[in-house]
Amino acid sequence: MSFRQEVSKYAYSAVAVIMALVIGGILIWASGYSVRDAYTNLFMGAFGGTYSLATTVLMATPLLFTGLSVAFAFQCGLFNVGAEGQLYAGAFTSAIVALALSPLPSVLRVTIALLAGAGAGALVGFLPGYLKAKLGAHEVITTIMLNYIAILFTTFLTKTYFKDPGPVDQTVLLPLGSRLPELISGTRVSLGVILGIVIVAFLNHVMRRTVLGYEIEVVGQNPRAAEYGGVNVSLRTVQAMMISGAVAGLAGSVEVLGTLYRFIPHFSPGYGFTGIAVAVIAGSNLWAVIPAALLFGALQSGGQTMQLFARIPMELMTTVQGLVILFVAAPALGNIILRLKNRAQEGGAQK
Amino acid sequence: MSELIDIIFNINNLTATIRMAVPIALAAMGGAFSERSGVVNIGLEGMMLTGAFTGVIACQISGSPWVGVLFAVIGGGLIAAIHAVLTVGLRANHVVAGVGINILASGTTTWLMQVIWKRKGTSDLVTGLGTWSIPVLRDIPVIGTVLGTHSPLVYISFTLIILGWVLMFKTPLGLRIRMTGEHPEAADTVGINVRAIRYFCVILSGCLAGLGGGYLSLAWLNWFSKDMSAGRGYMALAACIFGGWNPLKGLAASFLFSFTDAIQMRMQTSELRIATELVQMIPYILTILILAGAVVRSRPPAALGEHYESGQTSQ
Repeated sequence: MSFRQEVSKYAYSAVAVIMALVIGGILIWASGYSVRDAYTNLFMGAFGGTYSLATTVLMATPLLFTGLSVAFAFQCGLFNVGAEGQLYAGAFTSAIVALALSPLPSVLRVTIALLAGAGAGALVGFLPGYLKAKLGAHEVITTIMLNYIAILFTTFLTKTYFKDPGPVDQTVLLPLGSRLPELISGTRVSLGVILGIVIVAFLNHVMRRTVLGYEIEVVGQNPRAAEYGGVNVSLRTVQAMMISGAVAGLAGSVEVLGTLYRFIPHFSPGYGFTGIAVAVIAGSNLWAVIPAALLFGALQSGGQTMQLFARIPMELMTTVQGLVILFVAAPALGNIILRLKNRAQEGGAQK
Repeated sequence: MSELIDIIFNINNLTATIRMAVPIALAAMGGAFSERSGVVNIGLEGMMLTGAFTGVIACQISGSPWVGVLFAVIGGGLIAAIHAVLTVGLRANHVVAGVGINILASGTTTWLMQVIWKRKGTSDLVTGLGTWSIPVLRDIPVIGTVLGTHSPLVYISFTLIILGWVLMFKTPLGLRIRMTGEHPEAADTVGINVRAIRYFCVILSGCLAGLGGGYLSLAWLNWFSKDMSAGRGYMALAACIFGGWNPLKGLAASFLFSFTDAIQMRMQTSELRIATELVQMIPYILTILILAGAVVRSRPPAALGEHYESGQTSQ
């Protein structure tokens, strides 16, 4: 994509956000609230001061990972709707590993817990990748089914084997040494957000400078041509889904190790699905995941302030998010649509 | 062990299965129509939720649950029209648009619920549809217990599903729909309006999912609650695939899924301490096995998810 196209694409994303906020404003007005009051609180809650900014970053952190996960799968022409399930696998595994390794030094413990979470996510990503590559089973459906399986199975394991003695179904609290260190003290913003940015940089490097990345991109753009050119399409498909799953798994790990300090069944308010929105806005540029995640984090943290001070239910921000997706979905998706279409054609050729 | 057998082979499970299968089977038929025409519809969840919401609003305003049912259908159809415009008209990616529809519906219904009823979890109570007890049928032993007394929507839905099957497989329109999803170029060549067929099918899918939602809020319960579709739209998608994009087989799949759900619910209230989550996983595992071709092979329409412009040469 030329620089000019790139700029116009982001300009359109900005327009989409503004249109969504305008419709949100109309809804606020029609319900008899003050629009000015609402949006002042929204803005101040998202950006007005250190605490607000910290909350925005806190809310953006899981979306940074899930958004990157979905965006990376897009590179290979794959649609990972399963980030939510991979996140649960990562979150649960990290919690259990971090608890089990208590004798080890803190740095080692947290590192292993993170790796274990990524591994669990990769494993949940492997299955749809394999089914797609070998049997042509569409990854959208298999990942949706795996979301439910992962959520139910981690709930089952927590209730049956790892339950905190208290009345609530959750694991015990992680000891201090098993947690990700705080980045800004007094908030729950952890080193996780730095890890997220490092992984964005790393995967960007993989895409631009390695054979793996190059071949994933070729498969994403035209799987049939890739096959003729000697690329092992099945292998690259499975690898892309595993990397995507690993990153989504880390979203869960970072939530558990850095924010919640324990695994709680059903803790995610749909981070995996919002990650799809983040990835759609970011498009084919992995770096763009960072501002896109911050935008959705800002809507969440600003929404909380709006609810608290203007007494407007914050679910309105969910509506705004949905509208952003629908507006961005239509014209600006050219690149991704092309890839998915090529991918679908290849599926057609196999039959 | 004998207690487990009691739980599984309890006749009330069958009655509950019938009751719980309805919203899933309706939305699954919606999914079958949409996907047979070539449009992926993972927005069924949001369409069902919207129907549940508009149904309760209309019922409260009019005082009549039947007006509620009508508006549940209309509400689902309207939000499906958004999906149709995006995917058919604007060539948006079908999955992205579906995800957007689901998030939009979840946020907007929860928000409006709080604005209208000033409560966080549920709406006001509205007049329900009551039940029909079918003479003769209700007096037959066993069958009468299972089928004899249900919400009117149960009987209406089963009739609609049979009609839907007839429409899809026994009428010229049904043939055109299937052709549009299999080979839009060929359909176009013989004079079928591909876009019109797709618009019709997507909106019909929303109407059916919306009716399923209305069933939840007007027949099963008598109120709207936050995110009350609770994944049934996704479950319907699974039933649609499991049933090979066929309304009747989709109904059978919904029965199977609902049966596991009925057992799971009975387990929760029993003395047995079995984790119900494992039972709840069964439908999803079955669907993956089906897609992997491990049980029976089920093939999606060939042009599913592809855009088509009239006059466009083979892609």
